[in-house]
Amino acid sequence: MLRLEKLVKTYKTGDQALKAVDLVVPDGQVLALIGPSGAGKSTLIRCINRLVEPTSGKVYLGDTELTGLSSGALRRERRRMGMIFQEYALVERLTVMENVLSGRLGYVGFWRSFLRRYPQADVDEAFRLLDRVGLVHMADKRADELSGGQRQRVGICRALIQNPALLLVDEPTASLDPKTSRQIMRLICELCEERGLAAIINIHDVALAQMFVQRVIGLRFGAVEFDGPPEALTPDVLTTIYGEEDWEATIRKVEDDDSEIEAAE
Amino acid sequence: MPVREAEGQKLWQRRTGRESLAHWVMWLTGVAVFAYCWQQISEATTWFFVWDAPRIAGDIWTRATPPKWEYITQLGKPIWDTINIATLGTIIALILAIPVAFLAARNTTPSVLFVRPIALLIIVSTRSINSLIWALLLIAIIGPGVFAGVVAIAIRSIGFCAKLLYEAIEEIDETQVEAITATGASRWQVMAYGIVPQILPAFAGIAVFRWDINIRESTVLGLVGAGGIGLQLSASLNVLAWPQVALILIVILAAVVISEWVSAKVRGAII
Repeated sequence: MLRLEKLVKTYKTGDQALKAVDLVVPDGQVLALIGPSGAGKSTLIRCINRLVEPTSGKVYLGDTELTGLSSGALRRERRRMGMIFQEYALVERLTVMENVLSGRLGYVGFWRSFLRRYPQADVDEAFRLLDRVGLVHMADKRADELSGGQRQRVGICRALIQNPALLLVDEPTASLDPKTSRQIMRLICELCEERGLAAIINIHDVALAQMFVQRVIGLRFGAVEFDGPPEALTPDVLTTIYGEEDWEATIRKVEDDDSEIEAAE
Repeated sequence: MPVREAEGQKLWQRRTGRESLAHWVMWLTGVAVFAYCWQQISEATTWFFVWDAPRIAGDIWTRATPPKWEYITQLGKPIWDTINIATLGTIIALILAIPVAFLAARNTTPSVLFVRPIALLIIVSTRSINSLIWALLLIAIIGPGVFAGVVAIAIRSIGFCAKLLYEAIEEIDETQVEAITATGASRWQVMAYGIVPQILPAFAGIAVFRWDINIRESTVLGLVGAGGIGLQLSASLNVLAWPQVALILIVILAAVVISEWVSAKVRGAII
């Protein structure tokens, strides 16, 4: 279980990205975080694993409070939080296998990782995960030879091989075409279900979020404006999150697109 | 204001009247300064020597040709020394440049206030002094010979390599570093996985580029007594043995051409 208490982030420039956010994510819940650009979505998930240092507030992962940890203890806790990035953030010049195994860096020592002598159990798990996402034949390819969708799957494997309790997912589909976006979202949600993982997914595509998640959080100017099931996202709610716009098309599109794609498949 | 209105039409010019005038004045001053300098230089030149130059050059050319081909037997060792000076110097420089570059790069330095200025000072000071001058200093300190040449080349190259390398480090894609950090990797693991793969091509390029420059620089180090083919060159020049000088120049040219070819091949293969 993840619990945020009065989490505040003020950047040096004076921008208040997060204003006392309170949030509880139970085990196994997949949650979408929506909101306009600059609402603090990326800052929120980066404050959880402290890629961005929160200004004040508390973050509990299980029973451990993360904001006060020393760097060594923080590294150990980061292993329990897998992260998936918008532009995949694979190390381009390393192979797919090396990228997946880099998810184990928190568990192996420097020289083992430097000499690429990972424990056989890790290698087995890497092959299992690559097989699960359908990329086992690509294991020896360099990451920059892959297409966007394939890269994101490698990114998912890298996050999962950490054996995390929580996935932090930052705009996983923003650089992908609509069909691949759905496949990636479906894969993330299926894997979360298989492994009982909680996940926080930042996403711009409201319709896509509605299709896959159990709970939606709407963020606006660093504060939670909406918290509820995807069905409760009405045009009025979207207006409070994003501002005035004709939302009927956005929401109705969900069912239309969906049936079209299902029919096509 | 380049846009003005006349007879209901909007006219646009590149510059306003005032700007055009300023341009004219600038050009006029430039030409005047050039003419004045030309005159000064002309007065300070002994024109007799200049008119004489083609004849002297022709004279040296006839004395220097044909090159003394049999002298090549004595050049094998010196050119080998020269290549060794360049190669060893480059390797030592690269080993020393790597930590300096990491300390100088804004995104990897442990302290922007204290460590980075020191690293930048090392880069500037080693770069600003020519390898010939380093060689002169080092010969005074450790005596003449190949070793002084190696050290001179190494010191001269640290700044160059470290500067290019730290610029490469500053240009890396930070999200890859973020992703590795997020796995719980230690500082050194982040370096080995997030940074090193990204700068490896730049590093290889810098290494062969500097090696190529060092081959050329080390050919002249012998002039001041730091070993290599330059020693032979200065000895031959001192006794006015022009056919030997000609052969040495040909050998140097060949070495430089080969090194350029090798470095082009290596760079092509890596990048």
